[in-house]
Amino acid sequence: MVEFFTETNLGIFLLILGQCLLVTVMILISLAFLMYGDRKIWAAVQMRKGPNVVGVFGLLQSFADFLKYIAKEIVVPSGADKFVFFLAPMITFVLATISWVVIPFNDGWVISNLNIAVLYIFAISSLEVYGVIMGGWASNSKYPFLGSLRSAAQMISYEVSIGLIIIGIIISTGSLNFGEIVAAQDGRFGFFSWYWVPHFPMVFLFFISALAETNRPPFDLPEAESELVAGYQVEYSSTPFLLFMIGELMAVVLMCALVSILFFGGWLSPVPGLPDGIFWLIAKMAFFFFIFSMVKAITPRYRYDQLMRIGWKVFLPMSLAWVVLVAFFAHFGAFGGAYARWAIGG
Amino acid sequence: MEDLPREYLPILVFLGLAIGLGVVLLLAAAVVAVRNPDPEKLSAYECGFNAFDDARMKFDVRFYLVSILFIIFDLEIAFLFPWAVAFKDVGDLGFWSMMVFLGVLTIGFAYEWKKGALEWE
Amino acid sequence: MGVAEFAFYLFAITTVAAGLFVVIARNPVHSVLWLILTFLSSAGLFVLLGAEFVAMLLIIVYVGAVAVLFLFVVMMLDVDFAELKAEMAEYMPIAILIAIILLVELGTGIGVWVFSDEALAQRAAITPDIAETHNTAALGQLIYGDYIYLFQAAGLILLVAMIGAIVLTIRHRPDIKRQNVIHQMHRDPAKAMELKDVKPGQGL
Repeated sequence: MVEFFTETNLGIFLLILGQCLLVTVMILISLAFLMYGDRKIWAAVQMRKGPNVVGVFGLLQSFADFLKYIAKEIVVPSGADKFVFFLAPMITFVLATISWVVIPFNDGWVISNLNIAVLYIFAISSLEVYGVIMGGWASNSKYPFLGSLRSAAQMISYEVSIGLIIIGIIISTGSLNFGEIVAAQDGRFGFFSWYWVPHFPMVFLFFISALAETNRPPFDLPEAESELVAGYQVEYSSTPFLLFMIGELMAVVLMCALVSILFFGGWLSPVPGLPDGIFWLIAKMAFFFFIFSMVKAITPRYRYDQLMRIGWKVFLPMSLAWVVLVAFFAHFGAFGGAYARWAIGG
Repeated sequence: MEDLPREYLPILVFLGLAIGLGVVLLLAAAVVAVRNPDPEKLSAYECGFNAFDDARMKFDVRFYLVSILFIIFDLEIAFLFPWAVAFKDVGDLGFWSMMVFLGVLTIGFAYEWKKGALEWE
Repeated sequence: MGVAEFAFYLFAITTVAAGLFVVIARNPVHSVLWLILTFLSSAGLFVLLGAEFVAMLLIIVYVGAVAVLFLFVVMMLDVDFAELKAEMAEYMPIAILIAIILLVELGTGIGVWVFSDEALAQRAAITPDIAETHNTAALGQLIYGDYIYLFQAAGLILLVAMIGAIVLTIRHRPDIKRQNVIHQMHRDPAKAMELKDVKPGQGL
């Protein structure tokens, strides 16, 4: 039986399909509850109750929303480019989904153990800008078009600093594989041997760039409802809109996973002696999702020129300088090899 | 099956799965939901009045500049990736050659800054 | 037919077909979208060759950056397509000439690489063992030491591109009020404002 799944082509294919289905279903179900959690946190900050009608404590709210989306009419604007109009939400959704193929959930629990997993994630996130541009262009309406232009410029600006921050981590690890990045953070100090200590300032830069990259508040300029109504999503309704929403939320959760894996040791336990495991990764991701929600609830929106100024004049020089600094530390073995983890082998 | 495609096959399978799921969702609404279009509903949203002109207008050249600068920095990152991976093997020569490379690009960055190309007006 | 062969034909046919659609699509934005599909399927071909780093780079640089620029430019241009179609016959001879020159150049390039005596030795010399080194690390070991002058030349080309883009596009509008953040942050309340004690019924 085991040989069937590891030896024959059909078996391998079925095994992979099963793994993919498992990950997709798990993520979609957790997205439903994360969406609910997001709304509850936001409501609590504003002293409201939030969703509380469907199911116990409103737990089933997202499922009710899902059914509602399917029952709604798909409206295609008369001037729209029909094919591109439907392609845009598909791209957003598909790209957000296939990123998960290289994310390890536990030691060895990864669908595709690529040597260049970090590059793969970087490539996929550089494609995500197309969903936005195409959605805005295909609608043939002014608000979506302006929103998508802004959004595209914003996303590409912050991608540069995300890339540079990741370079620092790779210098320390010497590998582009997430499993090896986590393994390099394993040390005798538990919580304090993770990369957030040596790469401390970059944790904040990465987190803020992740907010901008996923178009979350306070950087939700593309859908600044006070000026652009809802940005590139104005003309979308029903399931195309749902696909946009799932894609965006999934990108947020992916960023939570990346912060946990790159800086906070993935599935490693914070206290030496406690067993490592998938629950640590889930707990870390939930914590960072909570921070994402809190940021959304308590920060006012940035102005566009200030957003671009921070991206190009603050984040880019800082992350570039950090890469050079890390390279020097690693090359000359400063701080007992804390920046050159391949050398001390742990 | 060879080793390398074995690691990439899941990506292809996952891609197919994601596309399938997306199409099913799109079709679900197309099948289940009513379709009752009228000209007003299908017109582009413009705060109540009819559009004056085409929505796809010319826009500021600054977006173009931002995307050119992005290409340049993206290429710089592309050069940094193999360097970072092979960091322990490149030795002194590799280390200093990258520092010179980054120095040259920092000159360009300083020029940009001075010229005000990074300002959004 | 194995999975690898199937994937090869899938990517190859997609590349050629999408390339054809780039040329015949009526709308230039559609052309760019087809071009993106061409890049993506060529990245798939690179993966099948075992050049995973080059494949990812093709996606990151060409699809993620260059094609975004193309889209911006195409969306920015306000062209009349009927007029362009009419002019096409005029430019056809030059286009064919350029195509032939490119084809000859490509042929010469490949021919020299395949048939010259040194080519075989050079190819054998520079390839590290695939089993021992990953693709990316192997590239890294070569570029920064063995090809250091070409690497520095690439840096200079990027610098020229950066300066050129700025010189060509930047136009400062003189009549605009700019924000100087540093200046704002270093304003001294003692100098910027003045407290006045206003007597009732008198005003200033």
